[in-house]
Amino acid sequence: MTPYDALVAPFVEYGFLKRALVGCLILALGSAPIGVLLVVRRMSLVGDAMAHAVLPGAAIGFLFAGFSVAAMTLGGLAAGLAVAIAAGLVARATALREDASFAAFYLVSLAGGVLIVSLHGSNIDLLHVLFGTVLALNDPALFLMASITSITLIALALFYRLLIAESFDPAFLRLQGGGAFAHVLFLTLVVLNLVGGFHALGTLMVVGLMMLPAAAARFWADTLEWQIVTATLAGMGSSYAGLLLSLHADLPASPSIILSAGAFYLASVLFGPNESLLNQLLKRQHLEA
Amino acid sequence: MTPAAVRLSHLTLGYRRHPAVHHLSGAFEGGSMTAVVGPNGAGKSTLLKGIVGALKPLEGSIRLEGVGRKDIAYLPQQADLDRTFPIRVADVVSMGLWRKTGMFGTLTGRRQDEVRQALSAVGLEGFEQRPISTLSGGQLQRTLFARVLLQDAPVILLDEPFTAIDAKTQSDLLGLIHRWHGEKRTVIAVLHDLDCVREHFPATLLLARTPIAWCDTREALRADNLLKARAMSERFEDHARLCAGDAA
Repeated sequence: MTPYDALVAPFVEYGFLKRALVGCLILALGSAPIGVLLVVRRMSLVGDAMAHAVLPGAAIGFLFAGFSVAAMTLGGLAAGLAVAIAAGLVARATALREDASFAAFYLVSLAGGVLIVSLHGSNIDLLHVLFGTVLALNDPALFLMASITSITLIALALFYRLLIAESFDPAFLRLQGGGAFAHVLFLTLVVLNLVGGFHALGTLMVVGLMMLPAAAARFWADTLEWQIVTATLAGMGSSYAGLLLSLHADLPASPSIILSAGAFYLASVLFGPNESLLNQLLKRQHLEA
Repeated sequence: MTPAAVRLSHLTLGYRRHPAVHHLSGAFEGGSMTAVVGPNGAGKSTLLKGIVGALKPLEGSIRLEGVGRKDIAYLPQQADLDRTFPIRVADVVSMGLWRKTGMFGTLTGRRQDEVRQALSAVGLEGFEQRPISTLSGGQLQRTLFARVLLQDAPVILLDEPFTAIDAKTQSDLLGLIHRWHGEKRTVIAVLHDLDCVREHFPATLLLARTPIAWCDTREALRADNLLKARAMSERFEDHARLCAGDAA
């Protein structure tokens, strides 16, 4: 088998693989920057919580309209935003911290979703929502993902300074104005990207493409901008590598993609140029000043 | 700079209904420079939080004259900041230009000059591109001071601004505060160093939950007043009765 046969040909020959690759590349482009922001805000686990929260909405959409991209997306979006806003409100208005209120609301939402799915659907349906159907992406799903990534990138371009300032010093922005808007905008972007991703990778796996490249990027770059670039490239690379792995080793696609991202994360922890384990071992000598 | 005053009337601020500042009335007049002094738990930081609107009064009112809430620059005590956040010193300082640039304004060459000047005013020339993770506690405090400087605010609140700051920098920063005073800005600073207060601050509010004295510094820091302040109990009384106060 020539390298072309192994690395390129499958994506040329098989339409469904081409779609899967395009979908995952789009997904990585939008969700990697969001993941980096979640990491620096110390909200890494909030992505996970939100992904669980999206489930009941998607399930309700599925019950009403079957496997309809629009219905499941709108349902997921509604449920995700409801949890984000409720958790944010409780955190602002009471003494409970945001992580705890997120945990509370997403668990309620998740239980609701499981209840709905088990009352009305079969387990196969639940698996679709949980693990996605990356090898069967239809046009509406691809358009949806592309739109969400476009919205994300435009929002980041317009509000970048606001989002960074609010991530770094929320108290300052609360006094100067714009804090609440930035907070809601950011959580909306998180939910949007998770909803866009669950068609491809499922509500559980989609968080992996958001968080693993972002966590790995810390070991490659000091500044936020380069962390975002690194995470995006890593997310795209993992998508490609994961699809190849799934094809050649005959493994399920979405976990293969996330495991590829996981392998990159592990390699970064060990060998990354910025304060990785190896790096700390090698650079033990100190400078003169 | 048109002087802006902060007027307090029967102000009570607190947590879980226990007062931390109790029935405080008076005014920080426009262009005044006041030190807020008192033992731990006396309500000094709480008072500043009340003025910036981060804490709602349990009773009474805070009136701002000639300014809005957003025209107040506030340097919190231990800014709740993540020191590992990947952000450069210049980006933190330029947040002080927020009111001028807004969300979308670009940081033009002139603005960048302002950032440079503010950094040099706090003795951090050449630190623009340093990630804040490489700063010491005192250097971070000076960075935040530079941000306050850029806010160009008519009312400036400083909560223990000299914590973790060396003597030379402290005297530089005091120079800045005097400059603000000369520009008729209203400065309110929470401080512990009484010698520093006596030397630099014309007016003092001595607070021990209830106000002990609020006047000319020499008068406020008389020995008997300090003794009274020290007698304050730090503890909340769990079963305190509802305060009839001046409301009656």
